[in-house]
Amino acid sequence: MAKNGDFSPPLDPHEVHVLAVDDSLVDRKVIEKLLRIISCKVTAVDSGIRALQILGLNEEEGSVGYDEIKVDLVITDYCMPGMTGYELLKKIKGSSTFREIPVVIMSSENVLARIDRCLEEGAEDFIVKPVKLCDVERLKSYMFGEGRIQRQNANGEFNKTKLHETCNVSLPS
Amino acid sequence: MEGNKLHDQASYLRNALFNQGYLDEQFLQLEDLQDEANPNFVEEVVNLFYTDSTRLIRNIELTLDSVPWDFEKLDNIMHQFKGSSSSIGAKKVKKECTKFQEYCKVGNLEGCMRTFQEVKQEHATLKRKLENYFQLAREAR
Repeated sequence: MAKNGDFSPPLDPHEVHVLAVDDSLVDRKVIEKLLRIISCKVTAVDSGIRALQILGLNEEEGSVGYDEIKVDLVITDYCMPGMTGYELLKKIKGSSTFREIPVVIMSSENVLARIDRCLEEGAEDFIVKPVKLCDVERLKSYMFGEGRIQRQNANGEFNKTKLHETCNVSLPS
Repeated sequence: MEGNKLHDQASYLRNALFNQGYLDEQFLQLEDLQDEANPNFVEEVVNLFYTDSTRLIRNIELTLDSVPWDFEKLDNIMHQFKGSSSSIGAKKVKKECTKFQEYCKVGNLEGCMRTFQEVKQEHATLKRKLENYFQLAREAR
């Protein structure tokens, strides 16, 4: 994990940045609103590829994307054309730089095997669609609850995962 | 007073939509998200749904007209359609979508075509009813 000498400001709900990934226009609008209501900053994209670009986790080796943005949580739809939410989850969890980012999966299908598979791969939670406010409120605990507290350093400040150096991220094939 | 009357009419329409099974609790969820910052949120989401779903309906029509019959593709498009319907609480539309998908899974083209007519009908009916409701609700403000 990238170490840095930065002093990160204390995490405040208003600073929490969620990356929402969903190919559905309607669902993007709704999830965006839900997340804003709980005071998160939201970037909503329509594909896993675009999500990886935003994170700065590019396929091209060595590239630190100019649009690499600090993300505190990824929430993604499972069924998407091209890269599925599951594949996106694997890419994130397979990256030494980004694996600490909590990933939540959304799906319209309540299939146990699917849920298990996602949780095994490191998903923080699995939300059955349609997404409700109570589902999103539950996410707060991943953003500034116990999970985050574990990552506090001795000064009581949160470590941000940041790409300063050239990224030699080895992605699973 | 005219204002109260309009307000009552809007409430009546809204309640009817729920009582008659056109809308489910997800619509309530959308209403809860509407606030001063976004006073037309529900209507915006519904409009987005209708723009998007019109495109999906067209895709289904084109796919139904093609040979060989591609049930997987039909199922995929309908999955998207059903997802959006679910997100706005379109209960009857969603139900017809499910039926359509069941016919896809067993490769029953005739069943698909028949159910698709139902999907379109429910889709259009809800649109009309919601348009009436939103108009009244706006006038009643």
